Amino acid sequence: MWTAIIVALVAIGSLIFHLYTPWWSTEIASNWGGMDTTIDITFWITGVAYILILLFCAYCIYRWHTGSGNSSSESNHKAEYNPENKKLEIWLTAITALGVIGLLAPGLIVWDDYVTVPEDAVQVEVMGKQWEWGYRYPGADGKLGKTDARLINDDNPFGLHLDDPNGQDDIIVEDGYGMHLQLGQPVHLLLRSVDVLHDFYVPQFRAKMDMVPGMITYYWLTPTRTGTFDVLCVELCGTSHYSMRGEVVVDEKEAYQTWLSEQETFAEMRAALNKKPSETSKVAMSSQFKDKITQR
Amino acid sequence: MVDITPEKVENVSPAEVPEADLYHAHSFWTKYVFCQDAKVIAIQYSGTAVVIGMVGLVLSWLMRLQLGVPETFSFISPESYLQFVTMHGMIMVIYLLTALFLGGFGNYLIQLMVGARDMVFPYVNMLSYWIYLLAVLILVASFFVPGGPTGAGWTLYPPQAILSGTPGGTGLGIILMLVSLAFFIIGFTMGGLNYVVTILQARTRGMTLMRMPLTIWGIFTATVLALLAFPALFVSAIMMTLDSVLGTSFFMPAIVEFGEQLSYGGGSPILFQHLFWFFGHPEVYIVALPAFGIVSDLLSVHARRHIFGYRMMVWAIVAIGALSFVVWAHHMYVSGMNPWFGFFFATTTLIIAVPTAIKVYNWTLTLWRGDIHLTIPMLFAIAFIITFVNGGITGLFLGNVIVDVPLSDTMFVVAHFHMVMGIAPILVVFGAIYHWFPLMTGRMLNDAMGRFHFWVTFIGAYLIYFPMHYLGFVGVPRRYWSMEDTNFIPDSAADLNAFITVAALIVGFAQLVFIYNILVSIFKGKPSERNPWKATSLEWQTETVPPGHGNFSKELPVVYRWAYSFSVPGTVDDYVPQNVHPNDVKLVEPEGS
Ligand code: HEM
Ligand SMILES: [Cu+2]
Ligand SMILES: [Cu+2]
Repeated sequence: MWTAIIVALVAIGSLIFHLYTPWWSTEIASNWGGMDTTIDITFWITGVAYILILLFCAYCIYRWHTGSGNSSSESNHKAEYNPENKKLEIWLTAITALGVIGLLAPGLIVWDDYVTVPEDAVQVEVMGKQWEWGYRYPGADGKLGKTDARLINDDNPFGLHLDDPNGQDDIIVEDGYGMHLQLGQPVHLLLRSVDVLHDFYVPQFRAKMDMVPGMITYYWLTPTRTGTFDVLCVELCGTSHYSMRGEVVVDEKEAYQTWLSEQETFAEMRAALNKKPSETSKVAMSSQFKDKITQR
Repeated sequence: MVDITPEKVENVSPAEVPEADLYHAHSFWTKYVFCQDAKVIAIQYSGTAVVIGMVGLVLSWLMRLQLGVPETFSFISPESYLQFVTMHGMIMVIYLLTALFLGGFGNYLIQLMVGARDMVFPYVNMLSYWIYLLAVLILVASFFVPGGPTGAGWTLYPPQAILSGTPGGTGLGIILMLVSLAFFIIGFTMGGLNYVVTILQARTRGMTLMRMPLTIWGIFTATVLALLAFPALFVSAIMMTLDSVLGTSFFMPAIVEFGEQLSYGGGSPILFQHLFWFFGHPEVYIVALPAFGIVSDLLSVHARRHIFGYRMMVWAIVAIGALSFVVWAHHMYVSGMNPWFGFFFATTTLIIAVPTAIKVYNWTLTLWRGDIHLTIPMLFAIAFIITFVNGGITGLFLGNVIVDVPLSDTMFVVAHFHMVMGIAPILVVFGAIYHWFPLMTGRMLNDAMGRFHFWVTFIGAYLIYFPMHYLGFVGVPRRYWSMEDTNFIPDSAADLNAFITVAALIVGFAQLVFIYNILVSIFKGKPSERNPWKATSLEWQTETVPPGHGNFSKELPVVYRWAYSFSVPGTVDDYVPQNVHPNDVKLVEPEGS
């Protein structure tokens, strides 16, 4: 009896918890509402199945249990004997298949959207390295210059080809907390890493993709609300993974343009470096961590 | 298949195995230490797995302490947290559950349930255990080397696994881990071949494949999966060792580490992930399928009813096993692999849900109009259904590629896999121990302690993991030593974390009660009847209980029916063992004669 009640309580308790939970997705700030909708659909379909299965178990236990001992002499009835029921099994299979299609179809439609970058998206590069973020904007020509990890050094933190004209006007933001995006403008994020795996994740944007050294990965999104959002690294990248943080600010168009125009281009940055070579080792921002590790 | 065969049957003569064919121990050493009797090997495997499992459990407490009450324990640094995460995960999945289900339950149950005297290759079987023990010792040694064990996560993703930014990455930690895994796989392959050949070749007369208990089907399919999947891990372990020691670049592209150019180049980190998950996904089923099988038998015996839809259950096990080789990349939706893979792998993954759901339905339908005895094994079996369905459902979230995008690498994933491959199989392990303890020792486990253990473990584990999913929706990442300052996480999340930690410590405590119960009951437990649960399968029909060397008397049992002849209409008892001759089945006298 108690067992049956507890099984039923697990079902009902889970449902109540779900309805009243104080912990739920953050308010969305991108176009990926489709992900939230798919989650809702999944909750509905699977939630119904979960509750039904548990209540069915609870009923069976309530109805047909005969004590907790192990001798069958306690029982006042014998179990029913009908090993198979083709019809029932086919029905259950069919219903399950339907449920699965109901989950998969909307999911794949949104995924198709996710992997297809719109034509008008502007490119922004995000670079991960242990344990900080950097950003690169294409500058006036709208094109990012070519890069190569082999070219990375203190004066060229992103490894740009020095002779690529597209790269000269690129804007490099080395402050992980200094990313800006424009409200309503689709962005095509090109994701890069120079050392290990990282993953650029803003909970309010929902989107996510690992950054892999040796290749460029991507996702796209359209910011739908202004504000400042936390950036987290969500792919284990070593000791300070937990503190690989940043911030992204979503601005109205004017504010965004003003911010962009205040940034230094790659060419300007190199020119400044040539003048004052003593201040060049800005790249070694992570050197504190490096020291920590070599000490061990 | 549903042959209860009340009609008369010709006598089939039982097989006789001459004494000379059996392995015989002559000294204490060969009887208890370097023993070739599968039952002793099973106990050695289980004992070792439980001891290393306790290490995994203690590590989980340490992690929970850090998450529940951050900034309190100075000895849990970011480095050691990652080391705990890694060692805990690896120990639980490989060294505890895989070893326990296949090396432990496999060795004990296969030969008894198919009606054999022993495994077919006893010597290889013995080697298998000793190599496993060596693997465990190497793993333990890595705790004591300079730099400590690896903190790369149980997935060991390169490049970070072998670079200096990861604990144990450039020291011996990662090397010992890889070497230990290689030994584990060698040992497992020896055991695994043995299980498969025994099941195929050493079944007693009448034990057709479609009469085997589902336990054996589960263990059999899991072993086949393991034999096919582990080689992928083996080669990746070797390739990564070479990358680390000799500086090859299988998995290593051009890398700039802390501003310094490394000499690697041209390798692919994603290649490793494919190899790892080609092993890793089947690994989930290597743990799950034996649990599926065992729980089917527990439900059937304790509900005094046949398993519902036996043939469907067998095909579901085989189908799940086969499909599990074409879904691996669902762990890699956001890895940066070609995004078009997402369509394929999401589809195959959700297709697996169908045979899995059928199994769930058939378990619950087994209870329908049963004669349910709420014994401790039965309670654990019911709790398995609940936690498994819960974890299976969250698998539908993560398998549906677009839903995985916001949830991957968050606490939702941690909650999901603990529910489905941590808690659910462990509950089956417990149920199985309560069920077969009388067979192994001739004594019962204490019932009161058992019920306490059950309720605390089940309710506690549910309270740990059910709410944890919701932290994942918020966006709390996994493998995080501390959340520090964020704007999006409500303060109440810290309270939830503290609550989970308290629940985890209580659940951990209940396991000590369980171990105490075992230790006391071995010596002082109530003596059990020969077949206390009135089960039909062959392990309970041995010459002596606990079964002696050689298992059965001079003649091997002959099998006349499947293992699920419970409450057969027209019979007097509510069970008919597999080996009772049809002419000996007690039938109800027709009325009025
Ligand atoms: C009640 C007992 C358990 C508790 C309290 C527990 C707790 C934890 C915690 C706190 C983490 C780290 C979460 C993070 O920060 O990412 C973790 C990870 C993990 N646990 Fe458990 N665990 C338990 C039992 C198990 C079992 C039985 C398994 C067997 C499958 C298991 C498998 C894993 C795995 C594979 C990981 C992931 C390791 C990684 O991220 O590399 N755990 N567990
Ligand atoms: Cu990271
Ligand atoms: Cu998987």
